[in-house]
Amino acid sequence: MAKRSVIPFGPQHPVLPEPIHLDLVLEDEKVIEAIPSVGFVHRGLEKLIEKRDFNQYQYVIERTCGICSFMHGMSYCETLEKIFDVDIPDRAKYLRTIWAEMSRLHSHLLWLGLLADAFGFESLFMQSWRMREKILDMFEASTGGRVIFSVNKVGGVLKDMGRDMLNSFIETFDDMEESISALSKVFLNDVTVNSRLRGVGVLTREEAVSLGAVGPMMRASGIDIDTRLLGYEAYKDLDLDPVISTECDSYARCQVRIGEIFQSFNLIRQAVAKIPDGEIAVQVKGAPKGEAFNRVEQPRGEAIYYIKANGSMYLDRCRVRTPTFTNLQPLIKTLQGCQYADVPILILTIDPCISCTER
Amino acid sequence: MSFDFSRIAIKNLFSKPATCNYPAEPRKYPERYRGSVKINIDNCIMCGLCQKKCPANAITVDRDGKTWSIERMACVQCESCVVNCPKKCLSMEQQYSEPSADKTRDSFVQQTKEEAEA
Repeated sequence: MAKRSVIPFGPQHPVLPEPIHLDLVLEDEKVIEAIPSVGFVHRGLEKLIEKRDFNQYQYVIERTCGICSFMHGMSYCETLEKIFDVDIPDRAKYLRTIWAEMSRLHSHLLWLGLLADAFGFESLFMQSWRMREKILDMFEASTGGRVIFSVNKVGGVLKDMGRDMLNSFIETFDDMEESISALSKVFLNDVTVNSRLRGVGVLTREEAVSLGAVGPMMRASGIDIDTRLLGYEAYKDLDLDPVISTECDSYARCQVRIGEIFQSFNLIRQAVAKIPDGEIAVQVKGAPKGEAFNRVEQPRGEAIYYIKANGSMYLDRCRVRTPTFTNLQPLIKTLQGCQYADVPILILTIDPCISCTER
Repeated sequence: MSFDFSRIAIKNLFSKPATCNYPAEPRKYPERYRGSVKINIDNCIMCGLCQKKCPANAITVDRDGKTWSIERMACVQCESCVVNCPKKCLSMEQQYSEPSADKTRDSFVQQTKEEAEA
Protein backbone atom coordinates (compact mmCIF):
# COMPACT_ATOMS: atom_id res chain seq x y z
CA MET A 1 0.00 0.00 0.00
CA ALA A 2 1.29 3.41 -0.89
CA LYS A 3 1.90 5.93 1.82
CA ARG A 4 -1.16 8.01 2.65
CA SER A 5 -0.99 11.75 2.96
CA VAL A 6 -3.58 14.40 3.73
CA ILE A 7 -3.74 17.49 1.55
CA PRO A 8 -5.85 20.44 2.64
CA PHE A 9 -7.86 21.86 -0.26
CA GLY A 10 -9.42 25.32 0.14
CA PRO A 11 -11.01 27.46 1.54
CA GLN A 12 -8.74 29.63 -0.60
CA HIS A 13 -7.94 27.90 -3.84
CA PRO A 14 -7.61 29.42 -7.33
CA VAL A 15 -10.40 27.27 -8.72
CA LEU A 16 -12.93 27.77 -5.97
CA PRO A 17 -15.47 30.52 -6.46
CA GLU A 18 -16.57 30.12 -2.86
CA PRO A 19 -14.92 28.91 0.31
CA ILE A 20 -15.18 25.22 1.13
CA HIS A 21 -12.48 23.23 2.82
CA LEU A 22 -11.72 19.60 2.01
CA ASP A 23 -9.20 17.34 3.63
CA LEU A 24 -8.14 15.00 0.85
CA VAL A 25 -6.62 11.69 1.89
CA LEU A 26 -4.32 10.68 -0.96
CA GLU A 27 -2.50 7.54 -1.94
CA ASP A 28 0.02 8.87 -4.44
CA GLU A 29 -2.24 10.83 -6.82
CA LYS A 30 -5.41 8.95 -6.00
CA VAL A 31 -7.98 10.42 -3.62
CA ILE A 32 -9.10 7.82 -1.08
CA GLU A 33 -11.33 9.97 1.03
CA ALA A 34 -12.51 13.56 1.17
CA ILE A 35 -13.67 15.19 4.39
CA PRO A 36 -15.49 18.48 3.85
CA SER A 37 -15.90 21.30 6.29
CA VAL A 38 -18.00 24.39 5.76
CA GLY A 39 -18.62 27.45 7.88
CA PHE A 40 -16.41 30.14 6.36
CA VAL A 41 -19.16 32.43 5.11
CA HIS A 42 -21.85 31.93 7.71
CA ARG A 43 -23.69 35.24 8.13
CA GLY A 44 -26.60 34.27 10.34
CA LEU A 45 -29.30 35.31 7.90
CA GLU A 46 -31.83 32.85 9.35
CA LYS A 47 -31.29 34.30 12.81
CA LEU A 48 -31.99 37.77 11.44
CA ILE A 49 -35.65 36.76 11.10
CA GLU A 50 -36.03 37.75 14.74
CA LYS A 51 -34.96 41.33 14.04
CA ARG A 52 -36.76 42.09 10.78
CA ASP A 53 -40.47 41.95 10.05
CA PHE A 54 -41.66 39.62 7.31
CA ASN A 55 -41.77 42.36 4.67
CA GLN A 56 -38.27 43.58 5.45
CA TYR A 57 -36.98 40.02 5.54
CA GLN A 58 -37.74 39.65 1.84
CA TYR A 59 -34.74 41.90 1.21
CA VAL A 60 -32.60 39.84 3.58
CA ILE A 61 -33.50 36.42 2.17
CA GLU A 62 -32.64 37.39 -1.38
CA ARG A 63 -29.14 38.17 -0.18
CA THR A 64 -28.69 34.49 0.68
CA CYS A 65 -27.12 33.96 -2.71
CA GLY A 66 -25.71 36.20 -5.40
CA ILE A 67 -26.71 33.90 -8.24
CA CYS A 68 -30.19 32.65 -7.41
CA SER A 69 -31.15 35.74 -5.41
CA PHE A 70 -34.36 36.12 -7.37
CA MET A 71 -35.43 32.55 -6.68
CA HIS A 72 -34.76 32.89 -2.96
CA GLY A 73 -36.93 35.99 -2.80
CA MET A 74 -39.57 34.32 -4.93
CA SER A 75 -39.79 31.13 -2.89
CA TYR A 76 -39.91 33.09 0.37
CA CYS A 77 -42.84 35.12 -0.95
CA GLU A 78 -44.54 31.99 -2.29
CA THR A 79 -44.29 30.31 1.10
CA LEU A 80 -45.79 33.33 2.84
CA GLU A 81 -48.51 33.52 0.19
CA LYS A 82 -49.38 29.92 1.10
CA ILE A 83 -49.72 30.94 4.75
CA PHE A 84 -51.82 34.00 3.84
CA ASP A 85 -53.73 31.81 1.38
CA VAL A 86 -53.68 34.46 -1.34
CA ASP A 87 -53.61 33.82 -5.06
CA ILE A 88 -51.36 36.28 -6.83
CA PRO A 89 -52.36 37.73 -10.23
CA ASP A 90 -51.45 35.65 -13.29
CA ARG A 91 -49.27 38.39 -14.72
CA ALA A 92 -47.15 38.37 -11.57
CA LYS A 93 -46.78 34.59 -11.89
CA TYR A 94 -45.56 34.92 -15.46
CA LEU A 95 -43.18 37.76 -14.61
CA ARG A 96 -41.72 35.69 -11.78
CA THR A 97 -41.32 32.74 -14.14
CA ILE A 98 -39.50 34.86 -16.72
CA TRP A 99 -37.12 36.30 -14.14
CA ALA A 100 -36.59 32.86 -12.62
CA GLU A 101 -35.65 31.39 -15.98
CA MET A 102 -33.34 34.33 -16.66
CA SER A 103 -31.67 33.56 -13.33
CA ARG A 104 -31.23 29.97 -14.41
CA LEU A 105 -29.68 31.11 -17.68
CA HIS A 106 -27.22 33.38 -15.96
CA SER A 107 -26.37 30.76 -13.36
CA HIS A 108 -25.70 28.05 -15.93
CA LEU A 109 -23.62 30.39 -18.11
CA LEU A 110 -21.62 31.37 -15.04
CA TRP A 111 -21.11 27.69 -14.27
CA LEU A 112 -19.99 26.90 -17.82
CA GLY A 113 -17.42 29.69 -17.54
CA LEU A 114 -16.17 28.43 -14.19
CA LEU A 115 -15.92 24.90 -15.54
CA ALA A 116 -13.90 26.12 -18.52
CA ASP A 117 -11.65 28.00 -16.11
CA ALA A 118 -11.26 24.86 -13.96
CA PHE A 119 -9.85 22.83 -16.83
CA GLY A 120 -7.72 25.74 -17.95
CA PHE A 121 -9.60 26.94 -21.05
CA GLU A 122 -9.47 30.66 -20.29
CA SER A 123 -10.88 31.96 -23.56
CA LEU A 124 -13.87 29.64 -23.35
CA PHE A 125 -14.46 30.99 -19.84
CA MET A 126 -14.49 34.55 -21.14
CA GLN A 127 -16.83 33.70 -24.02
CA SER A 128 -19.31 32.12 -21.58
CA TRP A 129 -19.23 35.12 -19.29
CA ARG A 130 -19.64 37.50 -22.20
CA MET A 131 -22.99 35.84 -22.83
CA ARG A 132 -23.91 36.03 -19.16
CA GLU A 133 -23.25 39.76 -19.14
CA LYS A 134 -26.15 40.31 -21.55
CA ILE A 135 -28.52 38.63 -19.12
CA LEU A 136 -27.24 40.85 -16.31
CA ASP A 137 -27.91 43.89 -18.51
CA MET A 138 -31.47 42.67 -19.02
CA PHE A 139 -31.91 42.25 -15.30
CA GLU A 140 -30.59 45.76 -14.82
CA ALA A 141 -33.03 47.16 -17.35
CA SER A 142 -36.04 45.27 -15.96
CA THR A 143 -35.43 45.30 -12.20
CA GLY A 144 -32.84 48.00 -11.58
CA GLY A 145 -30.19 45.67 -10.13
CA ARG A 146 -27.64 43.33 -11.60
CA VAL A 147 -27.32 40.86 -8.74
CA ILE A 148 -29.93 41.72 -6.14
CA PHE A 149 -33.23 42.47 -7.81
CA SER A 150 -35.66 43.40 -5.00
CA VAL A 151 -38.72 42.96 -7.21
CA ASN A 152 -40.61 40.39 -5.18
CA LYS A 153 -43.12 41.16 -2.53
CA VAL A 154 -45.64 39.07 -0.65
CA GLY A 155 -48.63 39.21 -2.99
CA GLY A 156 -46.90 39.71 -6.31
CA VAL A 157 -44.07 41.66 -7.87
CA LEU A 158 -43.07 45.32 -7.66
CA LYS A 159 -42.13 45.98 -11.26
CA ASP A 160 -43.74 45.21 -14.56
CA MET A 161 -42.15 44.48 -17.91
CA GLY A 162 -43.88 46.10 -20.86
CA ARG A 163 -44.44 44.48 -24.25
CA ASP A 164 -41.56 46.47 -25.80
CA MET A 165 -39.15 45.36 -23.13
CA LEU A 166 -40.19 41.71 -23.41
CA ASN A 167 -39.89 41.79 -27.20
CA SER A 168 -36.43 43.35 -27.03
CA PHE A 169 -35.39 40.62 -24.58
CA ILE A 170 -36.65 37.93 -26.94
CA GLU A 171 -34.61 39.48 -29.76
CA THR A 172 -31.50 39.40 -27.60
CA PHE A 173 -32.25 35.80 -26.64
CA ASP A 174 -32.46 34.86 -30.31
CA ASP A 175 -28.95 36.26 -30.89
CA MET A 176 -27.68 34.65 -27.74
CA GLU A 177 -29.09 31.26 -28.60
CA GLU A 178 -27.09 31.27 -31.82
CA SER A 179 -23.84 32.18 -30.04
CA ILE A 180 -24.48 29.73 -27.22
CA SER A 181 -25.15 26.86 -29.58
CA ALA A 182 -21.74 27.56 -31.17
CA LEU A 183 -20.21 27.70 -27.70
CA SER A 184 -21.93 24.52 -26.57
CA LYS A 185 -20.33 22.61 -29.44
CA VAL A 186 -16.94 23.40 -27.89
CA PHE A 187 -18.06 22.04 -24.52
CA LEU A 188 -19.63 18.94 -26.01
CA ASN A 189 -17.34 18.06 -28.93
CA ASP A 190 -13.90 19.51 -28.26
CA VAL A 191 -11.26 16.81 -27.74
CA THR A 192 -9.44 18.52 -24.87
CA VAL A 193 -12.68 19.35 -23.04
CA ASN A 194 -13.92 15.79 -23.52
CA SER A 195 -10.68 14.34 -22.20
CA ARG A 196 -11.15 16.26 -18.95
CA LEU A 197 -14.86 15.47 -18.49
CA ARG A 198 -15.68 12.05 -19.88
CA GLY A 199 -15.70 9.23 -17.36
CA VAL A 200 -14.70 11.60 -14.54
CA GLY A 201 -16.73 11.47 -11.33
CA VAL A 202 -19.27 8.83 -12.21
CA LEU A 203 -22.35 8.88 -9.98
CA THR A 204 -24.67 6.01 -10.79
CA ARG A 205 -28.42 6.31 -10.71
CA GLU A 206 -28.64 4.22 -7.51
CA GLU A 207 -25.99 6.33 -5.79
CA ALA A 208 -27.71 9.55 -6.86
CA VAL A 209 -30.96 8.31 -5.31
CA SER A 210 -29.45 7.00 -2.08
CA LEU A 211 -27.23 10.06 -1.53
CA GLY A 212 -30.02 12.50 -2.30
CA ALA A 213 -28.57 14.32 -5.29
CA VAL A 214 -30.75 17.15 -6.61
CA GLY A 215 -30.98 19.28 -9.72
CA PRO A 216 -28.69 18.83 -12.72
CA MET A 217 -26.46 16.54 -10.63
CA MET A 218 -29.39 14.13 -10.28
CA ARG A 219 -30.70 14.54 -13.81
CA ALA A 220 -27.22 13.77 -15.17
CA SER A 221 -27.55 10.37 -13.49
CA GLY A 222 -30.66 9.64 -15.51
CA ILE A 223 -33.34 10.56 -12.97
CA ASP A 224 -36.31 12.26 -14.49
CA ILE A 225 -37.31 14.67 -11.68
CA ASP A 226 -37.73 18.41 -11.94
CA THR A 227 -39.51 20.40 -9.23
CA ARG A 228 -40.85 22.81 -11.86
CA LEU A 229 -43.20 20.01 -12.91
CA LEU A 230 -45.09 20.66 -9.66
CA GLY A 231 -46.52 23.61 -11.57
CA TYR A 232 -45.76 26.49 -9.24
CA GLU A 233 -45.98 30.04 -10.67
CA ALA A 234 -46.66 29.83 -14.42
CA TYR A 235 -44.91 26.51 -15.02
CA LYS A 236 -48.24 24.68 -15.07
CA ASP A 237 -49.08 26.45 -18.36
CA LEU A 238 -45.72 25.82 -20.01
CA ASP A 239 -44.41 22.76 -21.81
CA LEU A 240 -41.51 21.37 -19.89
CA ASP A 241 -39.61 18.12 -20.14
CA PRO A 242 -36.73 17.56 -17.73
CA VAL A 243 -33.35 17.48 -19.47
CA ILE A 244 -31.64 14.24 -18.53
CA SER A 245 -28.53 12.35 -19.45
CA THR A 246 -27.66 8.76 -18.68
CA GLU A 247 -23.89 9.00 -18.88
CA CYS A 248 -23.62 9.83 -15.14
CA ASP A 249 -20.20 11.56 -15.40
CA SER A 250 -18.98 15.18 -15.44
CA TYR A 251 -19.65 15.35 -19.17
CA ALA A 252 -23.28 14.42 -18.52
CA ARG A 253 -23.62 17.23 -15.97
CA CYS A 254 -22.24 19.69 -18.51
CA GLN A 255 -24.62 18.29 -21.13
CA VAL A 256 -27.64 18.63 -18.82
CA ARG A 257 -26.82 22.24 -17.96
CA ILE A 258 -26.34 23.16 -21.60
CA GLY A 259 -29.66 21.47 -22.35
CA GLU A 260 -31.28 23.49 -19.58
CA ILE A 261 -29.97 26.74 -21.08
CA PHE A 262 -31.89 26.02 -24.29
CA GLN A 263 -34.86 24.83 -22.26
CA SER A 264 -34.88 28.18 -20.41
CA PHE A 265 -34.87 30.09 -23.71
CA ASN A 266 -37.82 28.00 -24.78
CA LEU A 267 -39.69 28.55 -21.49
CA ILE A 268 -39.14 32.31 -21.62
CA ARG A 269 -40.46 32.42 -25.20
CA GLN A 270 -43.52 30.44 -24.17
CA ALA A 271 -44.10 32.66 -21.15
CA VAL A 272 -43.75 35.87 -23.18
CA ALA A 273 -46.23 34.55 -25.73
CA LYS A 274 -48.78 33.64 -23.08
CA ILE A 275 -48.35 36.45 -20.53
CA PRO A 276 -51.75 37.94 -19.69
CA ASP A 277 -52.44 41.62 -18.99
CA GLY A 278 -53.58 42.80 -15.62
CA GLU A 279 -52.46 43.60 -12.12
CA ILE A 280 -49.01 42.63 -10.89
CA ALA A 281 -49.75 42.42 -7.19
CA VAL A 282 -52.54 41.99 -4.68
CA GLN A 283 -52.73 43.74 -1.35
CA VAL A 284 -51.90 41.42 1.54
CA LYS A 285 -53.18 42.65 4.86
CA GLY A 286 -52.46 41.60 8.41
CA ALA A 287 -49.79 39.32 9.81
CA PRO A 288 -49.21 35.68 8.87
CA LYS A 289 -50.15 32.82 11.18
CA GLY A 290 -49.41 29.17 10.53
CA GLU A 291 -46.71 27.22 8.81
CA ALA A 292 -45.95 26.23 5.24
CA PHE A 293 -43.50 24.30 3.10
CA ASN A 294 -42.53 25.23 -0.40
CA ARG A 295 -40.34 23.57 -3.02
CA VAL A 296 -38.77 25.32 -5.99
CA GLU A 297 -36.30 24.31 -8.65
CA GLN A 298 -33.28 26.56 -8.41
CA PRO A 299 -30.47 26.40 -10.98
CA ARG A 300 -28.59 24.06 -8.65
CA GLY A 301 -31.55 21.90 -7.77
CA GLU A 302 -34.48 21.69 -5.47
CA ALA A 303 -34.63 24.17 -2.59
CA ILE A 304 -37.06 23.73 0.26
CA TYR A 305 -38.52 26.59 2.26
CA TYR A 306 -40.20 26.23 5.61
CA ILE A 307 -41.78 29.18 7.40
CA LYS A 308 -43.53 29.26 10.74
CA ALA A 309 -45.45 32.39 11.60
CA ASN A 310 -47.02 33.26 14.93
CA GLY A 311 -49.52 35.92 13.95
CA SER A 312 -47.18 38.85 14.55
CA MET A 313 -45.10 40.80 12.04
CA TYR A 314 -42.04 38.79 13.08
CA LEU A 315 -41.81 35.19 11.88
CA ASP A 316 -40.81 32.39 14.24
CA ARG A 317 -38.67 30.51 11.79
CA CYS A 318 -37.56 30.64 8.19
CA ARG A 319 -35.61 27.55 7.24
CA VAL A 320 -34.02 27.02 3.87
CA ARG A 321 -32.70 23.69 2.62
CA THR A 322 -30.41 24.63 -0.22
CA PRO A 323 -29.52 22.33 -3.13
CA THR A 324 -25.77 22.49 -2.53
CA PHE A 325 -26.25 21.09 0.96
CA THR A 326 -27.70 17.84 -0.36
CA ASN A 327 -25.28 17.73 -3.27
CA LEU A 328 -22.29 17.64 -0.91
CA GLN A 329 -22.85 13.92 -0.21
CA PRO A 330 -22.73 12.94 -3.90
CA LEU A 331 -19.63 15.15 -4.23
CA ILE A 332 -17.84 13.21 -1.49
CA LYS A 333 -18.84 9.98 -3.23
CA THR A 334 -17.52 11.07 -6.62
CA LEU A 335 -14.27 12.32 -5.07
CA GLN A 336 -13.48 8.86 -3.68
CA GLY A 337 -11.13 7.15 -6.08
CA CYS A 338 -10.63 10.10 -8.42
CA GLN A 339 -7.30 11.57 -9.48
CA TYR A 340 -6.06 14.58 -7.52
CA ALA A 341 -6.01 16.69 -10.71
CA ASP A 342 -9.73 16.07 -11.21
CA VAL A 343 -10.75 17.37 -7.78
CA PRO A 344 -11.40 20.99 -8.96
CA ILE A 345 -13.62 19.78 -11.80
CA LEU A 346 -15.57 17.46 -9.54
CA ILE A 347 -16.16 20.20 -7.00
CA LEU A 348 -17.40 22.45 -9.79
CA THR A 349 -19.71 19.88 -11.35
CA ILE A 350 -22.06 20.05 -8.36
CA ASP A 351 -22.13 23.83 -8.98
CA PRO A 352 -21.38 24.60 -5.32
CA CYS A 353 -23.00 27.61 -3.74
CA ILE A 354 -21.47 27.68 -0.32
CA SER A 355 -22.94 31.04 0.69
CA CYS A 356 -26.40 29.58 0.13
CA THR A 357 -25.56 26.53 2.17
CA GLU A 358 -24.20 28.46 5.12
CA ARG A 359 -26.39 31.56 4.96
CA MET B 1 -10.63 16.91 -34.41
CA SER B 2 -12.98 19.87 -34.35
CA PHE B 3 -12.23 23.53 -34.86
CA ASP B 4 -15.37 24.88 -33.22
CA PHE B 5 -13.53 27.21 -30.93
CA SER B 6 -11.21 28.51 -33.66
CA ARG B 7 -14.28 29.84 -35.48
CA ILE B 8 -15.45 31.63 -32.33
CA ALA B 9 -11.97 33.02 -31.71
CA ILE B 10 -11.57 34.34 -35.25
CA LYS B 11 -15.05 35.88 -35.19
CA ASN B 12 -14.19 37.46 -31.86
CA LEU B 13 -10.96 38.87 -33.25
CA PHE B 14 -12.76 40.82 -35.96
CA SER B 15 -15.77 41.99 -33.95
CA LYS B 16 -16.28 44.95 -31.65
CA PRO B 17 -15.14 44.52 -28.03
CA ALA B 18 -17.84 43.22 -25.68
CA THR B 19 -16.75 45.68 -23.01
CA CYS B 20 -17.16 49.44 -23.03
CA ASN B 21 -14.17 51.74 -22.90
CA TYR B 22 -14.84 52.99 -19.38
CA PRO B 23 -14.17 55.70 -18.13
CA ALA B 24 -13.52 57.38 -21.50
CA GLU B 25 -16.95 56.19 -22.56
CA PRO B 26 -19.41 56.78 -19.71
CA ARG B 27 -21.62 53.92 -18.55
CA LYS B 28 -25.22 54.23 -19.64
CA TYR B 29 -27.52 53.29 -16.81
CA PRO B 30 -30.99 51.99 -17.61
CA GLU B 31 -33.94 54.03 -16.41
CA ARG B 32 -34.80 51.69 -13.53
CA TYR B 33 -31.25 51.47 -12.18
CA ARG B 34 -31.17 51.73 -8.40
CA GLY B 35 -28.17 53.94 -7.64
CA SER B 36 -28.95 55.92 -4.50
CA VAL B 37 -31.96 57.30 -2.67
CA LYS B 38 -32.89 60.91 -3.39
CA ILE B 39 -35.34 63.00 -1.39
CA ASN B 40 -37.42 65.99 -2.30
CA ILE B 41 -37.43 67.28 1.27
CA ASP B 42 -40.00 70.03 0.66
CA ASN B 43 -42.75 67.47 0.00
CA CYS B 44 -41.82 65.23 2.93
CA ILE B 45 -44.42 65.02 5.69
CA MET B 46 -42.02 63.34 8.14
CA CYS B 47 -44.34 60.34 8.53
CA GLY B 48 -41.41 58.01 9.22
CA LEU B 49 -42.77 55.17 7.08
CA CYS B 50 -39.48 54.91 5.18
CA GLN B 51 -37.60 54.51 8.45
CA LYS B 52 -40.00 51.79 9.57
CA LYS B 53 -39.81 49.87 6.30
CA CYS B 54 -36.04 50.11 5.76
CA PRO B 55 -34.53 46.61 6.18
CA ALA B 56 -31.07 48.05 6.84
CA ASN B 57 -32.15 50.69 9.37
CA ALA B 58 -30.31 53.29 7.30
CA ILE B 59 -32.94 56.02 7.44
CA THR B 60 -33.69 58.22 10.42
CA VAL B 61 -36.57 60.64 10.46
CA ASP B 62 -36.52 63.32 13.15
CA ARG B 63 -40.00 64.76 13.31
CA ASP B 64 -39.19 67.51 15.83
CA GLY B 65 -36.01 68.62 14.08
CA LYS B 66 -37.71 68.29 10.65
CA THR B 67 -34.70 66.29 9.51
CA TRP B 68 -34.52 63.28 7.20
CA SER B 69 -31.16 61.55 7.16
CA ILE B 70 -29.71 58.46 5.53
CA GLU B 71 -26.59 56.51 6.26
CA ARG B 72 -25.25 55.98 2.75
CA MET B 73 -22.99 53.06 3.65
CA ALA B 74 -25.81 51.16 5.34
CA CYS B 75 -28.34 51.67 2.54
CA VAL B 76 -28.76 48.52 0.43
CA GLN B 77 -30.61 50.23 -2.45
CA CYS B 78 -33.63 47.95 -2.10
CA GLU B 79 -36.06 50.74 -2.99
CA SER B 80 -38.35 49.75 -0.13
CA CYS B 81 -38.56 53.38 1.12
CA VAL B 82 -39.37 54.67 -2.36
CA VAL B 83 -42.14 52.10 -2.81
CA ASN B 84 -43.70 52.88 0.56
CA CYS B 85 -43.42 56.69 0.55
CA PRO B 86 -47.01 58.02 0.68
CA LYS B 87 -46.07 61.47 -0.75
CA LYS B 88 -43.72 60.02 -3.42
CA CYS B 89 -41.02 62.47 -2.37
CA LEU B 90 -38.40 59.70 -2.39
CA SER B 91 -36.93 58.41 -5.63
CA MET B 92 -33.97 56.40 -6.86
CA GLU B 93 -31.19 58.30 -8.53
CA GLN B 94 -29.17 56.49 -11.19
CA GLN B 95 -25.85 57.72 -9.81
CA TYR B 96 -24.61 55.62 -6.92
CA SER B 97 -23.32 57.37 -3.80
CA GLU B 98 -19.65 58.22 -3.75
CA PRO B 99 -17.24 55.72 -2.22
CA SER B 100 -15.73 56.80 1.05
CA ALA B 101 -13.51 55.51 3.84
CA ASP B 102 -15.79 57.03 6.48
CA LYS B 103 -19.38 56.29 7.19
CA THR B 104 -21.29 59.16 5.69
CA ARG B 105 -24.69 60.32 6.82
CA ASP B 106 -26.54 62.71 4.57
CA SER B 107 -29.05 64.90 6.38
CA PHE B 108 -31.75 67.01 4.82
CA VAL B 109 -33.48 69.66 6.92
CA GLN B 110 -36.91 70.88 5.98
CA GLN B 111 -37.32 74.61 6.00
CA THR B 112 -40.20 76.05 7.98
CA LYS B 113 -42.67 78.29 6.17
CA GLU B 114 -41.13 81.40 7.70
CA GLU B 115 -37.63 80.39 6.65
CA ALA B 116 -38.83 79.65 3.13
CA GLU B 117 -40.48 83.05 2.85
CA ALA B 118 -37.51 84.94 4.28
